[in-house]
Amino acid sequence: MRPEVALPVIIPLLCGAVSLLFWRSRPMQRFIAVAGTLALLVVGLWLITSVSREGYVVIHMGSWQAPYGISLVADMLSAIMILLTGIIGLGLAIYSLASTSTQHEKFGFYPLMHLLLAGVAGAFLTGDIFNLYVWFEVMLVASFALLILGGEKAQMEGAIKYVTLNLLASVIFLTAIGLVYGMVGTLNMADIGQRLAEAENQGMVEVLAIMFMIAFGIKAAAFPLFFWLPASYHTPAVAVSALFAGLLTKVGVYSLFRVFTLMFDQTMPYVQDILLWGAAFTMVTGVLGAAAQYEFRRILSFHIVSQIGYMILGLALFTPLALAGGIFAVMHNIIVKTNLFLISGITNRLQGTYQLKKMGGLFKERPWLSVAFFLSAFSLAGIPPLSGFFAKFVIVRAGIEAEAYVVTAVALAVGLMTLYSMVKIWNEVFWKSLPEDNLVPESSTPSGDEGRLVKSSLGLMYLPVAILALFAVLIGVFAQPLMEMMLMAGEQLMDPQGYMDAVLGEERTVLLRDALEVSP
Amino acid sequence: MEPLMALAIGLLYATAIYMMLRRSIVKLVIGLMLLSNAANLLIFTSAGMTRGAPPLIPEGALAPAGQVADPLPQALVLTAIVIAFGVLAFAVVLIRRAYEIVKADDLDKMKDTDT
Repeated sequence: MRPEVALPVIIPLLCGAVSLLFWRSRPMQRFIAVAGTLALLVVGLWLITSVSREGYVVIHMGSWQAPYGISLVADMLSAIMILLTGIIGLGLAIYSLASTSTQHEKFGFYPLMHLLLAGVAGAFLTGDIFNLYVWFEVMLVASFALLILGGEKAQMEGAIKYVTLNLLASVIFLTAIGLVYGMVGTLNMADIGQRLAEAENQGMVEVLAIMFMIAFGIKAAAFPLFFWLPASYHTPAVAVSALFAGLLTKVGVYSLFRVFTLMFDQTMPYVQDILLWGAAFTMVTGVLGAAAQYEFRRILSFHIVSQIGYMILGLALFTPLALAGGIFAVMHNIIVKTNLFLISGITNRLQGTYQLKKMGGLFKERPWLSVAFFLSAFSLAGIPPLSGFFAKFVIVRAGIEAEAYVVTAVALAVGLMTLYSMVKIWNEVFWKSLPEDNLVPESSTPSGDEGRLVKSSLGLMYLPVAILALFAVLIGVFAQPLMEMMLMAGEQLMDPQGYMDAVLGEERTVLLRDALEVSP
Repeated sequence: MEPLMALAIGLLYATAIYMMLRRSIVKLVIGLMLLSNAANLLIFTSAGMTRGAPPLIPEGALAPAGQVADPLPQALVLTAIVIAFGVLAFAVVLIRRAYEIVKADDLDKMKDTDT
């Protein structure tokens, strides 16, 4: 029994259920939020030490052997993602103690947050394709409810687009699962990988690969399927935006990595070009969209799209180095992008708006906040000692080695454009003086008792921002040991046989429907 | 049976997508409902439609006697139905709230967040 593989799913589910029991007790819910996410982080560390020692950690639920039961599988990629989920979960829980309004807390913000984390963790760990769909739905339902907490007009409009396109993606995913089951008669991803490789009708396999690509492409917000993201991510409460920005799209990227390395690796010659050019257009359209925006969170939303392009580029180049670079980009982006959203929440608290034109003067007022923004923003743009540089460096190097010169050049140019957007925010929010027509809300300059309260709550918001900004630097400083982990993950992904052996054992399994004498 | 089911499923998908492309949010939700039903039928059909006994193993035996139906796709469809039911309940409430707040049921009038 290996509890560390199941605990990342069990802990948030349990915390969500217990929080629901304490529906009326806000202090209790807040305590469970911090304690539960801290536990998730600890389990994440445990999992990553086990995985780096053994390579793969597998458990079969209910002791039903694969491929009959549902397996939970942790390889290096899963372990890294779980650890990041823990880091972001804890940071968000602390931040939302201060940022989430009492009204949102009463409507169940914390139980929903746990549920979302459970869905994310389940998706990262499951080894069963239908189970992956279920975890996607768990995550989606929680995200729907979080998205409309508060019920403002913009949230409703954003939510309709978000809900429709994500449900469409889910149905495409479900359709593809049905067709895969019809073809190979199994749902275990390792088993599907083996059987699809031997399938006679390789044309059908390619069709299925494209269906999965579209379904996960919508979830990951890749070009041309990303329109729901900038329409909705800037509408909810800022802690929710940050959680979505950090984790949700990355689950789509993770699924693309998993499915195309494990199940559809033989279709790579066919889909590689599509992925490659999709990645290039994702990078360019995202960054151009951001250049036209003057709302803090909308700029960041478009940059999520642009950064997704880098991760998909890592997959499309399809070498161990490129995959390692892609995973490095996922790690860097989860930390930095969440942090930028958290900072946008603090500046909104201080100046009462997300409109860049109405903000200003924060460098003089809050130098340390400016430093945190500076580190995160320049890390996003890929300035050398920070985390983003190494992600970009590895991907670009892999691109040159694979002789994909055009796409590599695009990746470099997009880095420059990212810098432009970040400098725009820096100039408008931190550098220029505060425009005279901005009525700064009173809460930012209160006095007496109330002032102390606001100060302590701002302190709670600063804490995760400071830690995540520190991470952006530390990832840059300790890039070498981290890169070794990423390379291990990349090599595991390029060698699906290891995953299959770990899940299925060496022996060839018999299909359930053959064992039951079902004629197809 | 399979060709008939295939036709019905194709028709359902087509109707669903047509409904989703309309501007009314009510038709959008109807489209989503049809779409999830189409996917469920597709799983059911593509996994093979066979006449067979329920896959129950008689007492004392290790395998079921005679030909049985594949239980797995039925389990999948059941799960998918439950999930779709929950999600659609949410979608119906969402369009009602959206209609109350935005005061329009026309998707073309809901583009404040797009610009």
